[in-house]
Amino acid sequence: MKDAMPAVCIDRADFDSVIKALAGDGYNVVGPVLREGAIIYDEISGVSDLPEGWGDEQEAGTYRTVKRNDKALFGHNSGQQAWKKFLYPSRERLWSAQGDNAEFKIEPNAETPPKYAFVGVHACDLRAIEIQDIVFMNPETADPRYGKRREGAFIVAVNCAQSAKTCFCAAMGTGPRAESGFDLSLTEIIEANAHYFVATVGSARGETLMQKIKSRPATDADLQAAATRTENAQKQQVRSLDREGVKELLFSSYSDAHWDKIAERCLSCANCTMVCPTCFCSKTEDTTDLSGNHADRWRLWDSCFTVDFSYIHGGSIRKQVASRYRQWMTHKLASWIDQFGTSGCVGCGRCITWCPVGIDITEEAKVFREEKMDPRLRGDDEVVKGTKQ
Amino acid sequence: MSEKPKLAVWKFSSCDGCQLSLLDCEDELLAITGVITVANFVEASREVLPGPYDVSLVEGSVTTPHEKELIQEIRKESAILISIGACATAGGIQALKNFADVKDYVSAVYAHPEYIKTLATATAISEHVKVDYELRGCPINKEQLLEVVIALLQKRRPNIPLYSVCIECKRRGTSCVMVKGTPCMGPVTQAGCNALCPAHNRGCYGCFGPMEMPNGRSLGNWMIDKKMAEPKDLVRMFRTFNADAPAFKEAGNSYEK
Repeated sequence: MKDAMPAVCIDRADFDSVIKALAGDGYNVVGPVLREGAIIYDEISGVSDLPEGWGDEQEAGTYRTVKRNDKALFGHNSGQQAWKKFLYPSRERLWSAQGDNAEFKIEPNAETPPKYAFVGVHACDLRAIEIQDIVFMNPETADPRYGKRREGAFIVAVNCAQSAKTCFCAAMGTGPRAESGFDLSLTEIIEANAHYFVATVGSARGETLMQKIKSRPATDADLQAAATRTENAQKQQVRSLDREGVKELLFSSYSDAHWDKIAERCLSCANCTMVCPTCFCSKTEDTTDLSGNHADRWRLWDSCFTVDFSYIHGGSIRKQVASRYRQWMTHKLASWIDQFGTSGCVGCGRCITWCPVGIDITEEAKVFREEKMDPRLRGDDEVVKGTKQ
Repeated sequence: MSEKPKLAVWKFSSCDGCQLSLLDCEDELLAITGVITVANFVEASREVLPGPYDVSLVEGSVTTPHEKELIQEIRKESAILISIGACATAGGIQALKNFADVKDYVSAVYAHPEYIKTLATATAISEHVKVDYELRGCPINKEQLLEVVIALLQKRRPNIPLYSVCIECKRRGTSCVMVKGTPCMGPVTQAGCNALCPAHNRGCYGCFGPMEMPNGRSLGNWMIDKKMAEPKDLVRMFRTFNADAPAFKEAGNSYEK
């Protein structure tokens, strides 16, 4: 199906019809909106809901929206939370139980999951969705409600024309251009006298949608303009993470004294895991009503940074913050590869921007790498041999 | 004799706000009284039944010689004792006197200081008697109060998180006020309020007290470094509702020059 339909151009003036057509097909259309000084994803009803002319500046621990000097609709970078909050809600009822003194009955959550159309999915986040698919849609540990939401979702990717200072998708090989996994992909082109989107269809659904949208065939010049945009985005990336041998690097840094250095700054507040588009850990909580005849089991986002997360019989096995940061970073960049066949990091930079004290996973990875290259920098002597609890 | 569990509500040095959270459970109050005998709750009813009590909710800090004795009596009469709110769990705002000379306070405030019988410190209930559960907050969250009552009735463990406010904040999708430039105590403060203040675009005031492993120095140093706060501001931020909670006390003291 892919590449079956040649690229086309949609004029800015006709872009509202894309959102309206998706809504007309029964989708809950979600896209970027400006709210409380941040660009977040929420339901949209038309192009006027998009953050026209707004961009953002990001650094470790810092986020500010800024007015752009053009009228770009997608002139922003990653916001605080990706599409995970829709596909994998932070709190979801798994089942309910109703009973009396004689017996009780379990009723699964029968609510129909919403059918979403995501408009403005960046390449890094698209890859993050594919990674969560591996987690939640593999037959052994399938989450059927995730699967239903995911299969129903229509994805309109937007190729980035700029990068934030916290972006490092190029280093992780996930962007800034979306190559597959979308129904429709767009590159926004703004020139002196033109504002349009170069659109590529990626699925039969995408092709059906495009039949309802006014467009013209893309010329070589249009395709070149689109390619230049994503090349510029890539050139703007100032952070990177060397993937070469990172698994072995972290596995061999298990007893490194640098984990303690990170823990001096780490708040164990869990923000990095909450904003990470691939972090999937959850807990279950049972609630009961006063009568005692009704119970609900809820799944909630959880984090490996809490004490309770590693609670097993007798207590928590990761008592120190150092061991929790180590667990998160080593899982994300190293053991994830063994577990799911891919890195858990897509280079979106959210864990850097939204860490309240600006801890930077790319910088920490560099420290371990430099220590390995210069044995004099290693602090192994100070580390008690054995497990760091 | 009723077979329903007997609940007593006690007030120590406090503003009554936490007790009001119980009355604020308007939709659930009738159901609660259907399964629990409210045996002693003078804010709600003049009828006081004698002890012993199955559950005592204790609001307020121990601030007077009388309270120091009374809490021992209440403990003896109570199978389960739950301290509720910042005053009962950490001394409350009045614990600011622990950082000053109480004689100066008394003579500055009262025309006749000789009538005032007060201790030198305001302290948490747990410094005086064994406490079975603590509910944080100024005031407490009524959903947490209901959760504890229901869990005790049904003999299960209550779902009371000890982690940071940030987890609740992100679960509800609020964009981080701290990263956008507003000093926020959320990363070092225990959850339970459903991130109420950040959801209204305000920094967390820390009224639920320290989270399970707070790193106040890291948060404070970052705020100073980013010119979001000066050391004197940090002293005030850590010394509000939970000034005497050990982790906040230590962090606040460390920024006092």
